[in-house]
Amino acid sequence: MIEEIAKQYEGKIPAPLIQKVIDESKGRKLTKAQIEKVFTKLQEKYDYSKIQSGEAIGIVTAESFGEPGTQMTLRTFHFAGVAEVNVTLGLPRLIEIFDARKEPSTPLMTIFLNKPYNKDEKYLEKIIAQIKEIRVNEILSEISINILKLQVEFVFNKKRFKELGLNEEETIKCIKDTFKTLDYAESDNRHYLIPKNKEGGLPALYNIKQKLKEVKVKGLSGIQEVIPKMDNNEIVLLASGSNLKDVFKIPEVDFTRTVSNDLFEVSKNLGIEAARQMIIQEASKVLREQGLDVDIRHIMFISDLMTNIGEIKGITRSGIAEGKESVLARASFETPIKHLINASLKGEVDYLNSVVENVMINQPIPLGTGLPSLVTKNKEKESKK
Amino acid sequence: MDKNIDITQHVLVPKHTMLSPEESKKLLSDLNIISSQLPKILKSDAAIKHLNLEPGEIIEIERVSPTAGRTKFYRVVING
Repeated sequence: MIEEIAKQYEGKIPAPLIQKVIDESKGRKLTKAQIEKVFTKLQEKYDYSKIQSGEAIGIVTAESFGEPGTQMTLRTFHFAGVAEVNVTLGLPRLIEIFDARKEPSTPLMTIFLNKPYNKDEKYLEKIIAQIKEIRVNEILSEISINILKLQVEFVFNKKRFKELGLNEEETIKCIKDTFKTLDYAESDNRHYLIPKNKEGGLPALYNIKQKLKEVKVKGLSGIQEVIPKMDNNEIVLLASGSNLKDVFKIPEVDFTRTVSNDLFEVSKNLGIEAARQMIIQEASKVLREQGLDVDIRHIMFISDLMTNIGEIKGITRSGIAEGKESVLARASFETPIKHLINASLKGEVDYLNSVVENVMINQPIPLGTGLPSLVTKNKEKESKK
Repeated sequence: MDKNIDITQHVLVPKHTMLSPEESKKLLSDLNIISSQLPKILKSDAAIKHLNLEPGEIIEIERVSPTAGRTKFYRVVING
């Protein structure tokens, strides 16, 4: 019976609230009249608590973040080890999110695995080997420059090869592909890279040596560490470093749940809506971990603002402030002189439609009671009809 | 290694659908706005790339919101 009445209110009251009423009514014997009374009362309350037009939600949001933000500065710069992977937390991370920094200071991917692989540990080693980036540096036991012959010599560490499950031929092919202009030779387990002309001398050799150390042999570029973790009875991999595009391609990875904390990566690979969702998740995670209670509506509002123009813009002078139409509003944020000079060079017009401009020139602001204006009907037009 | 990656299956990606011209017209007149006042989405956005859209078309996004259940959001396609 309650479901029937609830159906009438669909669209008028948010679904989670209706569900709450239904859950709450279980076990209580309510008459039809009582249920109806609950719903009318609920709708009354809901309509009353809606934001009214002209409410300055931006200011309310800013204050809601500002107050807990001051609390946060006191216990900032804490790193917390989530299974040995360092993650920036607290205020530095919050600033990172809202400023929309191109790269987070600790990029982190949470990789979920497909079915048989996420329960059994025996597959783990193989999957991790596919993800973690291995450079030549890690598999060498010796590397040196031969000054007499002007060549770079190196010896592989055979034991590491077996541990990492590498193939020597493939490794050598990787090196050969990177140094196509050089001659490659091998004898007695020693490998040589020989420049074709010896004019570069020692500095050139030194560059080759450094470049050789950084050559990627296996794995995905940018992933320094991969650590398995048990989460809700399944194995989840935490990878420091972000490379969503390549990690999606690995067959064992469940790409539908794998995420990264690098907002721009998410935006590039999954679209702007996913990035918006990620901003909400990351920001509320940081606040929750600090024990702060900021209503999720504020976070949703900020992330809507940041993703409004189709790409992520931070709350900075180069971000959303840049998109403002009014010259005075832009000037009031940061670097006023720069904005004013540019605007006067271009001959920009300020229509004084928004808040800050009107505060500056001492006029009523279009907010609250300042918003409505008088509309009169033109009598002539009406009579024509 | 070849795996079919359909990112619309991803948990973070809500459902994107294109509005027909009639629907777009109705939406704009209901909200009493012009399409450039809507939030934007790039033509090359990963979530709508496969739809091959032209700038000016309106996308309906079905978000799952923690406060309001399912909500609808609209974005207009722009070049980029």
